[in-house]
Amino acid sequence: MTPQVLMDGLVTGSMIGLGAIGVTLTYSILRFANFAHGEFVSWGAYFALAVAGALGAVSGALTAPIAPFSFGWALPVAALVSVALSGGLALLVDALLFGRLRDRRSTVIILVMASFGAALTLRSLLEFIFTSKPAYYTKALQIALPLGGGLRATPDQLLTLGVAAVLVLAVHLLLTRTAIGRSMRAVSENPQLAGVTGIDVRRVIRTVWLLGAGLAAVAGIFAGLLVQIRPQMGLDLLLPLFAAAILGGIGSVPGAMLAGLVVGLAEAVAVPLVGGEWRAAVAFVVLVLVLLFRPQGLFGRAG
Amino acid sequence: MSVELVAYGCFFLTMALTYAIMCLGLNVQWGQTGLFNVGVAGFVAVGAYVSALLTTPETAGRIGGFGLPMVAGWLGGALAAALISFLIGALTIRLRADYLAIATFGVAVTVQLCALNLVSVTGGPFGIGFIPRPFADVADDPLLFGLGNLGVLAAVVLVLYLALERLVRSPWGRVLRAIREDEAAARALGKNALWFRLQAFAIGGGIMGLAGAVQAHFIGFIAPDNYLPRLTFQVWAMLIVGGSGNNRGAILGAILVWGLWAASAGAISALFPPDQQARAAALQIVMIGVGLCAILLLRPRGILGEERIVSRHLGRLARAGRTTSEETSRAGNP
Repeated sequence: MTPQVLMDGLVTGSMIGLGAIGVTLTYSILRFANFAHGEFVSWGAYFALAVAGALGAVSGALTAPIAPFSFGWALPVAALVSVALSGGLALLVDALLFGRLRDRRSTVIILVMASFGAALTLRSLLEFIFTSKPAYYTKALQIALPLGGGLRATPDQLLTLGVAAVLVLAVHLLLTRTAIGRSMRAVSENPQLAGVTGIDVRRVIRTVWLLGAGLAAVAGIFAGLLVQIRPQMGLDLLLPLFAAAILGGIGSVPGAMLAGLVVGLAEAVAVPLVGGEWRAAVAFVVLVLVLLFRPQGLFGRAG
Repeated sequence: MSVELVAYGCFFLTMALTYAIMCLGLNVQWGQTGLFNVGVAGFVAVGAYVSALLTTPETAGRIGGFGLPMVAGWLGGALAAALISFLIGALTIRLRADYLAIATFGVAVTVQLCALNLVSVTGGPFGIGFIPRPFADVADDPLLFGLGNLGVLAAVVLVLYLALERLVRSPWGRVLRAIREDEAAARALGKNALWFRLQAFAIGGGIMGLAGAVQAHFIGFIAPDNYLPRLTFQVWAMLIVGGSGNNRGAILGAILVWGLWAASAGAISALFPPDQQARAAALQIVMIGVGLCAILLLRPRGILGEERIVSRHLGRLARAGRTTSEETSRAGNP
């Protein structure tokens, strides 16, 4: 195993981890496996593409690459807008679909099925608007820099790792040190009891959607920057996201991130051995192993 | 003209009935037992590929091609899908309900990958052709060919329907419902909930495999693109529209949704210029997605809905009870 495999695995893993945080939060607080979560990843990438394109059309200077990176100022600005828009999209889907189903106390499985329907709708809508042709934020090519020890990485990859680390730390602090974080954990323990003690459950639910979709959008933007943007990108990430959320233990943010890195590393190690076309099966193998040997996950509680 | 129309009608109905079989399989899992399968397409694909491998003549450059009779292919396809369902069920049914959903989704992704990449077995992206078709010797006569195939499919669906109706009304079927409605009560009566669920999941998966096999032999050609998540979604839409828990609803839903699908595909190819067709096809999926969500919101029980009471003994009591309650309600109204 070369150190380079480690680098590739960490970069992919950090994107999976960012997405898995949203899956684990919706799972523990709204109590269903959201099959539409992958679509927030792709919509986030496309929102950023559209906004960055518009900004670039306004001023060409915004697309000139910033020193070591391959993109101009248009992309970071577009990323912020995209995070907000993706959060808005999640709130819209919740208002139209999940919220109504929750209000009439539908079973978990009805919610899962609705999320499946929402996923297909959102994905096909992207395909309709942007076609299924791959798109890119930038045409610039990057040279990987040697980091010592045989390790090489492009500045964009290093940025991905840095941003992912900062975001995970921020979410972890939000959950453990702030009032809304405590409310979120209380609702995840027992929604009725939390409501009785005066916690605004609706506000908690809104926060979960904004946080989950926002992080998913960031993952989508980095995936678009490092690989490419396609309407199927969210669907392709969905199985790794679920594998990571379950491996990390449902409800655990550090667990989701760590498990995301594990899944990413597993993919990176397996691809040279079995071939890139089997990449998607790696997450399935991880999932089966977790369900067999430790269904509660690394940081989850038994039962 | 009219011959062509009848031939097309036969083709349409035959296709719809292949979906009806998938729906019946899903109904055993979801409708009767409450097990959520997001990988329908994967189980259908397993049935189709296994049957194709068993029945196609030997081909250079591809493993398989045993040239067995078609019925052997159908049974093999069904058994293979049932086996995979059993294994994945054994892994996840004891865990949280939606872990099963996630695992079946993983099965569908993995089966799709195998179909694409195991080129020496599955033919890769180009799939497998020359799968023997029923009544192939009269293929020159579209009417006879169409009617023959429709007859075969109708017979398969009828046999399956009668068998499942019998199963639902049997003690076995009633235990499944009891577990779905109140697992603690069923277990208190000494029923092994896990084992019953696992049986239902495997039987449902086997029926889906049979559907895949039958469909493959009707079309005569299979490729990985036939088994995308879109298929899972269509089958779900069919069952929900028809009414889950009701076998007649499953068949009705399959015919209705397939009709809508075919009609909208026709409308799209007529309305949109050729270079926009792929785009418009995406719109078609959006439509069916919105439709499924709308039904979940507005009419979650579907058109026919579930028969509340399947036991003959209880049925008599309930009918008596209903008439009295109707009389009281009538009496209560001015």
